[in-house]
Amino acid sequence: MEANHNRFNKCSETAWCPGCGNFGILNALEKALNELGLLPHEVVICAGIGQAAKTPQYINANGFNGLHGRALPPATGIKIANKHLKVIVNSGEGDSYGEGGNHFMHTIRRNIDIAHFVHNNQIYGLTKGQASPTSDMGFATGIQTQGVVTEPLNPIALAITLGASFVARSFSGDAEHLKKVMKEAIMHNGYALVDILQPCISFNKVNTFKYYKERVYHLEETYDATDKQKAFKRAQEWGDKIPMGIFYKQKKPTYTECVDCLKKGPALVDTTEDLEKIEKFMDEFC
Amino acid sequence: MVDYNILLGGEAGQGMNTVGGVLEKIFTRTGYYIFATKDYMSRIRGGHNFNCIRISDEPIYTHRESIDMLIAFNEETIELHEKHLLKDGLVIDEKAYPFKELAKEIGNIKVIGTVMVGAVIKMLGLSTDIAEGVLKEYFSGDILRMNISALEKGYDLVDKKVTLPSVAAPKKTITLNGNQAVGLGALAAGCKFFSGYPMTPGTGIMNYIAAKQHELGIVVEQSEDEIAALNMVIGASYAGVRAMTSTSGGGYSLMVEAVGLSGIIETPAVIANVQRPGPATGLPTRTAQGDLHFVLYASQDEIPRMVIALRSVEEAFYQTIRAFNLADKYQIPVTILSDQYLADAQTTILPYDFSAVKIEKHLADVQGIGKERYKRYKITEDGISPRIIPGKIPGQVVMVDSDEHDEYGHIIESDTERIQMMDKRMQKIETLKSDIQEPWYVGSEKPETLIVGWGSTYCVIKTVIEALEKQGKSIGALIYGDVCPLPVALFNDYAANANNIIAVEGNYSGQLADLIQQKTCIPIKIRLTKYDGRAWGYEELQAKIQEVL
Repeated sequence: MEANHNRFNKCSETAWCPGCGNFGILNALEKALNELGLLPHEVVICAGIGQAAKTPQYINANGFNGLHGRALPPATGIKIANKHLKVIVNSGEGDSYGEGGNHFMHTIRRNIDIAHFVHNNQIYGLTKGQASPTSDMGFATGIQTQGVVTEPLNPIALAITLGASFVARSFSGDAEHLKKVMKEAIMHNGYALVDILQPCISFNKVNTFKYYKERVYHLEETYDATDKQKAFKRAQEWGDKIPMGIFYKQKKPTYTECVDCLKKGPALVDTTEDLEKIEKFMDEFC
Repeated sequence: MVDYNILLGGEAGQGMNTVGGVLEKIFTRTGYYIFATKDYMSRIRGGHNFNCIRISDEPIYTHRESIDMLIAFNEETIELHEKHLLKDGLVIDEKAYPFKELAKEIGNIKVIGTVMVGAVIKMLGLSTDIAEGVLKEYFSGDILRMNISALEKGYDLVDKKVTLPSVAAPKKTITLNGNQAVGLGALAAGCKFFSGYPMTPGTGIMNYIAAKQHELGIVVEQSEDEIAALNMVIGASYAGVRAMTSTSGGGYSLMVEAVGLSGIIETPAVIANVQRPGPATGLPTRTAQGDLHFVLYASQDEIPRMVIALRSVEEAFYQTIRAFNLADKYQIPVTILSDQYLADAQTTILPYDFSAVKIEKHLADVQGIGKERYKRYKITEDGISPRIIPGKIPGQVVMVDSDEHDEYGHIIESDTERIQMMDKRMQKIETLKSDIQEPWYVGSEKPETLIVGWGSTYCVIKTVIEALEKQGKSIGALIYGDVCPLPVALFNDYAANANNIIAVEGNYSGQLADLIQQKTCIPIKIRLTKYDGRAWGYEELQAKIQEVL
């Protein structure tokens, strides 16, 4: 394996605007996967629909570009079918927290071993500039003409509350940090959420690259990511100062470890049918 | 032919299902065939529920309205069903016999049901040996002893009233309902992942598969909603595991977008829709055939798909296996249409032939795809692209995309590629036609009157046709299993000679009749439709047909 060879590079032309935060996220993802020594056929990138959700199109790996809001359920099905695949979800905050909010909650409850990278630009890009579930109050758009009147969803606090086993935030403009957090999330045994702040250069004139750059800071080196109460408290910080890093991390059984046949047996896809045993089930109907 | 019909009625929670279940086992182990239905309300306690057990020495596939024996757990049962009791019919209730008192004497009021079982088998001239064997499967220890004592007390309480002719050479049979048949079929087909959200009357399939998950090492996941259910199924299927979901119309409504997803990403999925009357919540525990049009067109735009309606418990098993094989062969969603009547009706049949079970996954290997970069959507003459699964061939990745895409699965917007992909997908419908089964035909050779029906009405239509033929009528019926793509050859043949064509359906407008008209340009004007939430009884249907002839 050549050290500097980017195995995941697809060299495809993208539909993203020049300067879009998605480029930084894609680069960090490719670097993370390369550095982890993974091969393209071992990885599945799942997405719903949106600008961020085009990620599977631009990376050399298995890809599942599904329905809007529905990136997590197929990712769950894939991991259950073949526990040896590295399953990663890349989708936007509309896809993950809005249309797919129900799946977000229940995937956390399952603690299935997938990494969930949410490209969060606080706006809907593909549909040209409506509020997203994380848009700040007062943020004016062509729909929310007087400004957003609903409170923004706090994905970090929500995930911690629901018992997620890995909760982190990063920024598309901090390549090194993002790559590092992604690697940890991919290697984490269980569901791992990384909420990734990114500017939308075309539609979000408030939460710009400069806006985030001025506000984000790394959680202290002494920060204890195993303290749930503290993690929840730090998750409330938003506004002038936005903390980044791993807020909360805990070891707990994954879905695969809780389902007996997945834990003990080969991957479901590699098991054979036992027709003789199934035929005997008819005796119960005699 | 033996034909004896028992109705048990009472409130939910009175133990009717246990008494019914024990009696069913006694009858089938004595060598009889049964057809047992449940009529229940959408509540856990109270209300009026009843079970019918029809007994014969030959296979039977439909219920009968007239009652030979009425077992009433409350007075309301008599009020509601007395009108169907035959002249020399028997009533078994607390007024006639002191069941409660006997149960109390034994020391546990809960054995009252077993006292009743004892009385019933005595009246029908059956012995207690088989009944004791059945009780041993339900109970043990002191409770078993009490139940056996209850059985004997009930037996001694009454006189023999009827002699059911015995079965000369009883064959090995199985007695199960439509949901269990689909569940067993799915297991035999190698289904290893089931995801679903409970919805009556489709939950029985999930219950059956879940009961076997541990023993077989397969996974059943109760999803957060039906949207997740089908999306998970499609994900597992993409990764190479046979997967299915079951629901009723309301859940299917939530799955619609994912049905289209399965179509455009060409990833197999098997979905069982066990119909109940709708729309929205409708009548949760009742039966209907109202979702035919809905599942034929569910999804925006157009996709290749297959819809199989189940006609009997017997074929439910084989058709479920066929659904998995064809879903894999054509890389399409296959919908199995059942209904509450078929789903809940216990039917005695000969055991399934497992030597006929074939699992055909239609997966390509390294040789099959060559060394070039893998094209998930390679253009082929028959529309079917060689399918591989992710993670199995180093150097090859599998890209599926719900956006319109090129042969690699990469998003495109070009008009020529769009046409190419649409043509490729829709070509699969033409290819699939070679695997489509014509409807079953019963009746006269060149019938003057042609009936058309589909799904679970098969049995009731067959019964009526046989009766009318005996009266000298020239009549026959085509009953459809495969409804999409719709086979038309047999219909065209029979319609050419028929003076009357009559549709018999469990919906308001005659949805199959519309479909046949659309595909054959032959009008079907007489439509006998039933949408009260109940299944056609053969007496009722026969009268309706005679009215229009």
